[in-house]
Amino acid sequence: MWDYSETVKEHFYNPKNAGSVTEANAVGDVGSISCGDALRLTLKVEPDTEIILDAGFQTFGCGSAIASSSALTEMVKGKTLDQALEISNQDIADFLDGLPPEKMHCSVMGREALQAAVANYRGEVWTDDHEEGALICKCFAIDDVMIRDTIKANNLSTVEEVTNYTKAGGGCSSCHEGIENILSEELAARGETFAPGAIGKKEGFVNLAETKAEPTPPAKLSTVQRILKIQQVLEGLRPALQADGGDVELLDVEGKNVYVKLVGACSGCQMAAMTLGGVQQKLIEELGEFIKVIPHTERPVEIAGV
Amino acid sequence: MADIYLDNNATTMCDPEVVDAVMPYFSEQFGNPSSMHSFGNKVGFALKAARKSVQNILGAEHDSEIIFTSCGSESDSTAILSALKAQPERKEIITTVVEHPAVLNLCDYLATEGYTVHKLAVDDKGRLDLEEYKKLLTDQVAIVSVMWANNETGTIFPVLEMAELADAAGVLFHTDAVQAVGKIPMNLQDTCIHMLSLSGHKLHAPKGVGVLYLRRGVRFRPLLRGGHQERGRRAGTENTVGIVGLGKACDLAMEHMEYENTEVAKLRDRLQAGILAAVPHSFVTGDPSNRLPNTLNIAFEYIEGEAILLLMNKAGIAASSGSACTSGSLEPSHVMKAMGIPYTAAHGTVRFSLSRYNTPEEIERVIEAVPPIVAKLRKLSPYWDENGPVENPEQAFAPVYA
Repeated sequence: MWDYSETVKEHFYNPKNAGSVTEANAVGDVGSISCGDALRLTLKVEPDTEIILDAGFQTFGCGSAIASSSALTEMVKGKTLDQALEISNQDIADFLDGLPPEKMHCSVMGREALQAAVANYRGEVWTDDHEEGALICKCFAIDDVMIRDTIKANNLSTVEEVTNYTKAGGGCSSCHEGIENILSEELAARGETFAPGAIGKKEGFVNLAETKAEPTPPAKLSTVQRILKIQQVLEGLRPALQADGGDVELLDVEGKNVYVKLVGACSGCQMAAMTLGGVQQKLIEELGEFIKVIPHTERPVEIAGV
Repeated sequence: MADIYLDNNATTMCDPEVVDAVMPYFSEQFGNPSSMHSFGNKVGFALKAARKSVQNILGAEHDSEIIFTSCGSESDSTAILSALKAQPERKEIITTVVEHPAVLNLCDYLATEGYTVHKLAVDDKGRLDLEEYKKLLTDQVAIVSVMWANNETGTIFPVLEMAELADAAGVLFHTDAVQAVGKIPMNLQDTCIHMLSLSGHKLHAPKGVGVLYLRRGVRFRPLLRGGHQERGRRAGTENTVGIVGLGKACDLAMEHMEYENTEVAKLRDRLQAGILAAVPHSFVTGDPSNRLPNTLNIAFEYIEGEAILLLMNKAGIAASSGSACTSGSLEPSHVMKAMGIPYTAAHGTVRFSLSRYNTPEEIERVIEAVPPIVAKLRKLSPYWDENGPVENPEQAFAPVYA
């Protein structure tokens, strides 16, 4: 059973503004009977001000489709057409305290009915640019059509790219088989063959392991050598900082913690955290071990006293 | 008032006698049936008894033809994949368009692996065309997999005849009988069925136990290899609790077989008559003259099934629907589509599936509760006008995107 919010249930059990409005001068019919939900929105608009005086809905659909329709009519009443058009499908979902990912399309249908009704009122022709496909990624509610369009538009060829562009597959990852199947078809259509990534940990982790493996093992360094090495790295970075009117000074090394003092322009600079991050990255690369760079201001008191 | 459960094709309540029978196997009877000592030995005997009970309800010739599995889906997968493994030169599968996803999705996957899958079509009452079937039975076919009875409509397929045709053509025949076992008397030893799947929780046994019936002598390749359990045909330590429960449930189903086919069928017929009389523009889907005694599937036109279920649930009545929304898919039930039920009705199908626990009082309550629910939703529907559907509904309301 769906995890509907109390607000969704309330709007489903006791829908507001059900039925068509008398003297309606704007009608929007949207939806798809094959998919099992369709909605007719009727509005009564005050011609001078374009304020929506009344709104009514007739919906063929599930609980959340009816609740979304009810919510929509409540939201638009009293607004001008332009104000009403600013309502997004997320606004409708928020009004209902959220919808399950499989049901977000119900809120999309609500927004489209509104667009269609406004177009109808203004004598315009509204064409739907929204095509809906089977839901692939349930974590982020991304459907088949969206994934295919994104693959085509950006020439994507890996699951990771699809995740980066659409978010699909970025959550629990159970839909990766589905995404791979889509990739296989789309790549075949453009004359390529889908090559799955290597089995194993995520690429990010693999890279991390590789960068770790390259430098000299830290165990070979004595304490003095290690501190000298840190000093050396910092010395190498100083010219760049000095060019910006700042500087860095090594205060202490304690295990993986490296305490530094940022001076001059660096001290108190908005970018200090980024500078420290850069220093830390450089130290990690050079020493081949994890190093944490800590500004002296955050140094524990008992150490600061030494 | 207690809620009314009319969703027994989805799952059933574990019979209290089954619960009593399995309790010791959670506690003192914890042994591994494979063990040499008395802890295991006693459990081993219990499995033997359960196997006999399953043999009895299926009318199998030998108890060694019973392989315990984890569920109906595992039995289906085992049967089909075994047939393909055992006959690598045969690359075709025959099934139907209305099978359970346990078979259909596996077949669709196998199609991507290079197998040819023939899906037999059905007519508007969900019936198969046996002439089409006969033409497809060639030496290229590895296995035929056809359900004994459809889970959504209850429509019964002529599996005995189809198995004979397959057998005569030298083709393996498997039937997914999870909805049929316990409701339809069967005697497999007199049939040509080579393999059959059943699922415990559809007949008042616990979830997590199923059976693959494998006729003696049928070539077989296990899905799970490993230990020697089930004579090496299904490795893995036995689900002793589930198996003991299934044995008891089979004994009870045998006792109630007549009741199921008389009393339960009567309740179902009363429910059908009561609802159809009170709700205009509703009709029964499937083949009412040839269906499971407990199943009733009604299409309520111009409204959507999930909305019906939610309102029924609020009224304390549990059933299920073939609408797209209840499954989270974009299409209504593949079974309704296959029968050519129009979208305005297919999304509004509701399946009532009864059991021996339902009472005449419950049925009367449902007959009273359903009509106002349908009326309430029709009032909201763009296809409905005051007292009936709008004229030319599909044209009067033709929304923008298709």
